[in-house]
Amino acid sequence: MVEPAAVSMAERRSPAAAFAARFEAASAGGGLRLAEIPFLSQINLRVDPKSPAAERIGTAMGVPLPMEPGTAAGGGDLEVLWLGPDEWLVVGPDGAAPGLVERLAEAAAGEHVSVVDVSAQRTALVVAGERARDVLAHGCVLDLHPRVFGPGRVAQTTLARAGVVLVAGEDGFRLLVRSSFAAYVAEWLLDASVEYVTSPAGEADPA
Amino acid sequence: MLLIPCPWCGPRDEAEFHYGGQAHVAYPEDPAALSDEEWARYLFFRDNPKGLFAERWSHTAGCRRWFNAVRDTATNEIHAVYRAGEPRPVIA
Repeated sequence: MVEPAAVSMAERRSPAAAFAARFEAASAGGGLRLAEIPFLSQINLRVDPKSPAAERIGTAMGVPLPMEPGTAAGGGDLEVLWLGPDEWLVVGPDGAAPGLVERLAEAAAGEHVSVVDVSAQRTALVVAGERARDVLAHGCVLDLHPRVFGPGRVAQTTLARAGVVLVAGEDGFRLLVRSSFAAYVAEWLLDASVEYVTSPAGEADPA
Repeated sequence: MLLIPCPWCGPRDEAEFHYGGQAHVAYPEDPAALSDEEWARYLFFRDNPKGLFAERWSHTAGCRRWFNAVRDTATNEIHAVYRAGEPRPVIA
């Protein structure tokens, strides 16, 4: 007999869940790490950057809204990504969305602000390791050199013609990709990474 | 492929943008007072210069903002980009 709670958890499947084993296999060599970070909380925030509400929202989150285009700000378990001159994406851990929406709406205090839970819109894929830039360069025209796109940089762009939010971290990149594009982008990443995947030491090449 | 400098995001591939036609086409102050010909002229008639042309672009795959660019239609060189609402810069 399965407990009802277990059933509901089992029914929650992340968009790239089916790729877990293949991501793991592609990461075995060490030069590259592919993975999904499922179920992140994501809140889309639209607010006039010069309004008092923008400042109050920054205070409520403990992270001031990044005003410079293409940058991210982080604090605690939250990360705020610049999406446009009056648009941000607040990323937090699984389950944080309802409380976060409430906090942000409260900080907005009736001003002209939009706070929308878009957690189900995108999933996060990790492309990390020393080969991460080489893999992404197969389908992304941006210069991803750390000198111009180091940790703390964010870009909305296309990867293999699919729209993504590209977030640079210390160890590599996170791609926020729309759920309906997740399988396509996952297949594309696996295909683009074939030449960089090395067999673990001591094992025969599977091919 | 053009490399278009979005005023917010910086230089990006043309494929990330959507073209919006001639810029600075003002909506008639009193549309009801226009004759059919004047209305048609407002709707359908656009400049077609060989040379500098102010036009609208939207960075659809990026920040999704509309902005204006002055592009040379003969060489495709983009001489200036400026945010929506700003006046067209004078280019010598």
